[in-house]
Amino acid sequence: MNGWGELDRFLHTDPRDVGCEEAMAMLHVYVELVAQDAGAEQRYPGIAAHLRACGPCSDDYEGLLAAICDPSDGGDEGPRIGPLS
Amino acid sequence: MATPHRSSSAAPAARASLDAESGEWLRALRGSRAERQAAIERLHALLLRIARNEVNRRGARLSVTGPELDDLAHQAADDALLAITAKIDDFRGESRFTTWAYKFVILEVSAKIGRHFWRDPGVRLEAEDWERLPDRLGFDPAKESEWRDLLAALRRAVEEELTERQRRIFVALVLTGVPLDALAIEMESNRNAIYKTLFDARRKLRAVLTANGYLNDDISRRP
Ligand SMILES: [Zn+2]
Repeated sequence: MNGWGELDRFLHTDPRDVGCEEAMAMLHVYVELVAQDAGAEQRYPGIAAHLRACGPCSDDYEGLLAAICDPSDGGDEGPRIGPLS
Repeated sequence: MATPHRSSSAAPAARASLDAESGEWLRALRGSRAERQAAIERLHALLLRIARNEVNRRGARLSVTGPELDDLAHQAADDALLAITAKIDDFRGESRFTTWAYKFVILEVSAKIGRHFWRDPGVRLEAEDWERLPDRLGFDPAKESEWRDLLAALRRAVEEELTERQRRIFVALVLTGVPLDALAIEMESNRNAIYKTLFDARRKLRAVLTANGYLNDDISRRP
């Protein structure tokens, strides 16, 4: 990515972006939909838009996704990581 | 960020019943003293494991090392456990109980790392540094004639178009490289409010650069 694209990407804002508070409030629901490949982005486009733009929330999202996909968790769902974008 | 996306169609379908494992967690955590104690110990062990994995996952990017990382994981697990037991009635079964609980510990790790930023004696805040921006954005120094005007226009827009608060936040996050959570602590604010201010600043800067012909107003160029 060259500088123009990088700057353009950084300055681009998505009007659907719900912000940190809303995204974190539903993160546990969103992350399960992702892990089950069950249309998280379609159901929560505003959270998906936020996670694309917000570093700290995206970091928390990655952490929670890793936590629920941890094979040593012993859950009955098994680790399934859905596409992120 | 005008309209929070919270239409009823986006709401998760209410679960007819909890999955068995989540139901068992709730029952035990609200059970007899002995049941509750055993469940709390089991939950704490899970939270501690998640916290350790999380600090290790993030550790490479931090200036925190071994024992300190483990201490941070312990504190995050302890605080998450307190929050979970205090808020257990807020759990509505929209996810598995453990997913809901793990969110607390992930957010605790995040918050503690944000606070840690200012305790690190090695942290040096560079002055507002426009000289490093081309490099950070990946502009080719050999082609400076192509981007010099764009960055000059950006700087002018930051200095003339942003509010004082927008400018302060833009400079700290983009030019000085302060992590957003650390800046929120420094400004006695929160992640959401800082993000919202930066969001408005980004939108304003993009509009100015687009109006002046430096960027295309082309929605298809979205990532
Ligand atoms: Zn965020």
